[in-house]
Amino acid sequence: MILWILLGAVAVAVFWAVALYNRLIGLRNQVLNGWRQIDVQLKRRHDLIPNLVNTVRGAMEFERDTLTQVMEARSRAVSAAGPQDAARKEGELTQALGRLFAVAENYPTLKANDNVKMLQEELGSTENKVGFARQFYNDIATKFNTAQQTFPSNIFASMLGFTPAELFQITDEGERQVPAVDLSMRKG
Amino acid sequence: MNLFEQQASNRRRTWAVMAVFIAFLMFLGYGFDRFYLGGGVTPFPIGSLAAFGVGSVSAWSSYYGGDRAVLLSSGAIPLEEAAPAGSEADKLKYRQLENVVDEMSIAAGLPRPRIYVIPDPDPNAFATGRDPEHASIAVTKGLLDTVNRDELQGVVAHELSHVRNLDIRLMTVIAAMVGAAALMADWTSRGLRMGAGGSSRSRSREKDGGGVLVIVIFALWLLAVVLAPVIGQTLAMLVSRKREYLADASGAELTRNPLALASALSKIENAVEPTASVKQGTANLCIADPLGRAVGLREGRWANLMASHPPMARRIAALQDMAFQPRS
Repeated sequence: MILWILLGAVAVAVFWAVALYNRLIGLRNQVLNGWRQIDVQLKRRHDLIPNLVNTVRGAMEFERDTLTQVMEARSRAVSAAGPQDAARKEGELTQALGRLFAVAENYPTLKANDNVKMLQEELGSTENKVGFARQFYNDIATKFNTAQQTFPSNIFASMLGFTPAELFQITDEGERQVPAVDLSMRKG
Repeated sequence: MNLFEQQASNRRRTWAVMAVFIAFLMFLGYGFDRFYLGGGVTPFPIGSLAAFGVGSVSAWSSYYGGDRAVLLSSGAIPLEEAAPAGSEADKLKYRQLENVVDEMSIAAGLPRPRIYVIPDPDPNAFATGRDPEHASIAVTKGLLDTVNRDELQGVVAHELSHVRNLDIRLMTVIAAMVGAAALMADWTSRGLRMGAGGSSRSRSREKDGGGVLVIVIFALWLLAVVLAPVIGQTLAMLVSRKREYLADASGAELTRNPLALASALSKIENAVEPTASVKQGTANLCIADPLGRAVGLREGRWANLMASHPPMARRIAALQDMAFQPRS
């Protein structure tokens, strides 16, 4: 009798462990997929920037500094190594782009240009997509971590070889601040 | 209710609605057998069986093709076809719509739905389909012209929430069935007027056995035929209203910007013109009541019963509460 109860308990425990394992694997794949989605959008942003710079170059002759800064920030971001480094360099690129768009406000012909408007929309949207991809990644990573860390899963999760996923956060203090834009050089 | 419970409940209710629909059609068919063909004369219940067949086929086709029917009836054009024909300004707007839908699909972790544009000047939007892999979002040209980018994002997020929790499946099936039920009831009552002679003949024939029962059943049958469209419509409204608050809330969770959706809603509300392209049957799918009825402004039991959507003022207030904003 006691033997049967023990066997039953073991069977229940085994089934539970299998279900836990499968659930965690499913979540981990979603987390990886979410991470790749961020990369896809960052890559897209890198591809769009040369287009933008070429389109505005003619009209923004006097803002060569701003344009060069954008291109330099871009090439630094492309060659970034590791998530921490990438996060910091992408943040710098975002700031450089923000300055470019702020300065472009001073060029009425540029603002009215359909190509520029379209590119601005594309870049703005890509920026949003990066943001939403991070938001989704953080949501799903939090779910994955909670599934590992709640009792009684926490006893088995590490035995099964799962580690908590790292959440995306602002690593650079500069990114927390609103980009500073110098508008005094209006006349160029 | 969490997401999985919502999805499960929508799946269950879709089946229930289809079952009720088939039962209703069989009731119509049974009446046809009884009062047109005179009960005992034909040993074979042609009407009931035909009704079962028609009911099953239309339930099946509204599940798999209801989205196409809804899109067709509202004159929606796929974005790929609408975009090349537009002016430069329109092209930017269409591209913006495409981008916004992409952004929200990423935020919701869903595949990107098909995008349609309805050439109608009144701002409105709806989503349809049977699951996230077979979903479509349609917005009117008027919406694109009325709201700004952030507000459009709020509206698209609201619609994608309907997609994610499978509201679209239930709502599309209901829309298709309310339309079909209204059509059937119309045919039957028209046939009834023409075939009045036939029914009285069959009634006199049955006078010997349980005359009272026959009359009661006939009265019930008649009542069902007449009331079916109204009941169907009320049911559709009831189901849709509860879901709007939820979609508003989960839409705001995707954009993290409840105020943009609130201001989109008030812009949609202020455009009082009815959305002419959206037919009565698909009203329950839209983000705002397309019929431009004034019930959106009123509150109270009657207004609550007949409106496909909760009062706009309350939806906006709920969204403002989410953003910790004082109510205006």
